[in-house]
Amino acid sequence: MIQVRNLVKSFKDGPIETRVLKGIDFYARQGEFIAIMGRSGAGKSTLLYQMSLLDEIRISGKEAHLMNEHEKMLFRLKEFGYVFQDYALLPELTALENVALPILMQGVSKGEAEEKAKVALERVGIGARLNNLPSQLSGGEQQRVSVSRAIAHKPSVLFADEPTANLDRESSSRVMDLFKELHTSGQTIIMVTHEDEYSRFADRIITLDDGRIIFEKTVPRDKELSPV
Amino acid sequence: MFSIVHIRVGFYLALRQLRRASRWTTSLIVFVMLLTFLNLVVVTGLLVGIVAGISNQFRIQQTGDVMITALDTKDYIENSPHILSFLHTLPQPHIVSARYSTSGTIEANYYFRVDLNEKPNETGASIVGIDPAVENDFSNLSRYIGEGHYLSENDYDAVLLGPQFVDRYSFGEQPGLTPLKNVYPGTKVRLTINGNTREVVVKGILDVPANSPLAARVFMPASEVRQLMGRTDYAVNEIAILLKPGTDGVAFRDLLKRSGIGDKAKVQTFEEGIPNGVAEVQNTFAMIGNAIGSIGLVVAAITIFIVIFINAITRRKFIGILKGIGISGEAIEISYVFQSLFYAAIGSVLGMGILYGFLVPYISANPISLPISEAIIVAPLDGTMIRIGLIVFTTIIAGYLPSRMIVRKNTLDSILGRN
Repeated sequence: MIQVRNLVKSFKDGPIETRVLKGIDFYARQGEFIAIMGRSGAGKSTLLYQMSLLDEIRISGKEAHLMNEHEKMLFRLKEFGYVFQDYALLPELTALENVALPILMQGVSKGEAEEKAKVALERVGIGARLNNLPSQLSGGEQQRVSVSRAIAHKPSVLFADEPTANLDRESSSRVMDLFKELHTSGQTIIMVTHEDEYSRFADRIITLDDGRIIFEKTVPRDKELSPV
Repeated sequence: MFSIVHIRVGFYLALRQLRRASRWTTSLIVFVMLLTFLNLVVVTGLLVGIVAGISNQFRIQQTGDVMITALDTKDYIENSPHILSFLHTLPQPHIVSARYSTSGTIEANYYFRVDLNEKPNETGASIVGIDPAVENDFSNLSRYIGEGHYLSENDYDAVLLGPQFVDRYSFGEQPGLTPLKNVYPGTKVRLTINGNTREVVVKGILDVPANSPLAARVFMPASEVRQLMGRTDYAVNEIAILLKPGTDGVAFRDLLKRSGIGDKAKVQTFEEGIPNGVAEVQNTFAMIGNAIGSIGLVVAAITIFIVIFINAITRRKFIGILKGIGISGEAIEISYVFQSLFYAAIGSVLGMGILYGFLVPYISANPISLPISEAIIVAPLDGTMIRIGLIVFTTIIAGYLPSRMIVRKNTLDSILGRN
């Protein structure tokens, strides 16, 4: 479903060039739940941003920077869902509106978009707080809205960047339970985390250090995964 | 490329951002737009209104909507009584004022003149014979009395002087017009018309701007002027007609011309009767007003640009998130354009309300008294709509450019707040 070969990423700050990813080979199969782990600065988030087309990467053999902004936008809109560490909800939109917005962008009517958003929010347990602004929700609730926004349009891949980093233990567990439930229903998930406790939900754990994959472990599961 | 979906999503975002934005910020931006509107429309309208005030003075103080005067070959209007009778049968006139008009001289301080070789304190004057009651209905002449009292029906040997004849009010000497010294209500002056001299009392002195047609006129009851002129008939020199509201002056002029009056007298609308050059001055003032308004428009455009730019830059992270979750740059730009449009529209609507609901009617009823005229605001609706169009267009550009600048930045850099 996603394949990355010899991925290299550098950041330039004046004359100084820092190589963050140093030749990553990576794949994700449909329905797989992958946890990317590593210490701070290992390149986990950078790898996620590359794969999720928020930065430049090869997609289906085509260089992403050859895709224009509109093509990239359409691809992200249809194929990907994102959950950010700081929830990344729009503060002036209610929970319902935050979730409805990307659905609306797919060309459906406002009523239909909000209906789909409502279903998605009910699925994550926010059905009673549809009209609350993000500022009126707890961190855990905001993250669940964020997950709801990411999955409402049924993306092929759900990318999550440290989704529990800002949450307390209880909220974190609820979000991870949600991920588990999504994964069980067939959702492909690629999650960056530095918490061992939550990596156990994944099918495969990839550990990065200094821009390289240093360890890869497959967690035994009952279900069959599709080939790469 | 903009599509219906972009517009819908842009509107969806803009509506919610406006609804939940700080009310103080929104009010401030709308206030700026309101001031821009007023600057653009009212400043121009007022400048044009100063000249329009001069024209309007001629209309309400002298010519009315239509004026009948003697042909160039005659000293008076032929068949004046018949014309007046005919006018009174027509439904269009509101007030008709028939006046005798002639030139003469006024002399003051002759009691104190000890040396006959001294130049007398004398001036040439345009002397107008009026029916005091009718003229007051017509031009509200009594309103302009600065000192003394207005003429009454039974006054005899009494005159009203325009301010140009009195040295303390005069705007300076003009050819043939020398301001009189020590003249107050109750002062006796000598009035000479066609060699007939009469001593009259100054009953009142008018207080009007220099450009007023009343400024250099002497008013006295019509019967006396007629006697001094030596006229035995009732042929008047000017008939000023104020029409009922809504009556077309041009159509009425044509009606009078068709009725045969045009053969006996000169029939003109007030626009035709006002002095040459007023229209040119009016256009000049309008151009100056537009120039000042244009500067205001540029200032408003810069203000909106800064406001939208600051708004967009502080929301850069959210713009990045929007792009990240698949909202197109075009939809985000449209949302800012809608917000700019909202500010411009509300500012303009409020401005229209203040302009047409308050300023125009209030200043029309209470003109601003300036040394050269009683200024009003001239703001025709078509001109105002063009200015609103300009404001809206400028605002769209001022809203679009900064949002485009921010939207074009790299999505991930925006999300992560990197430069």
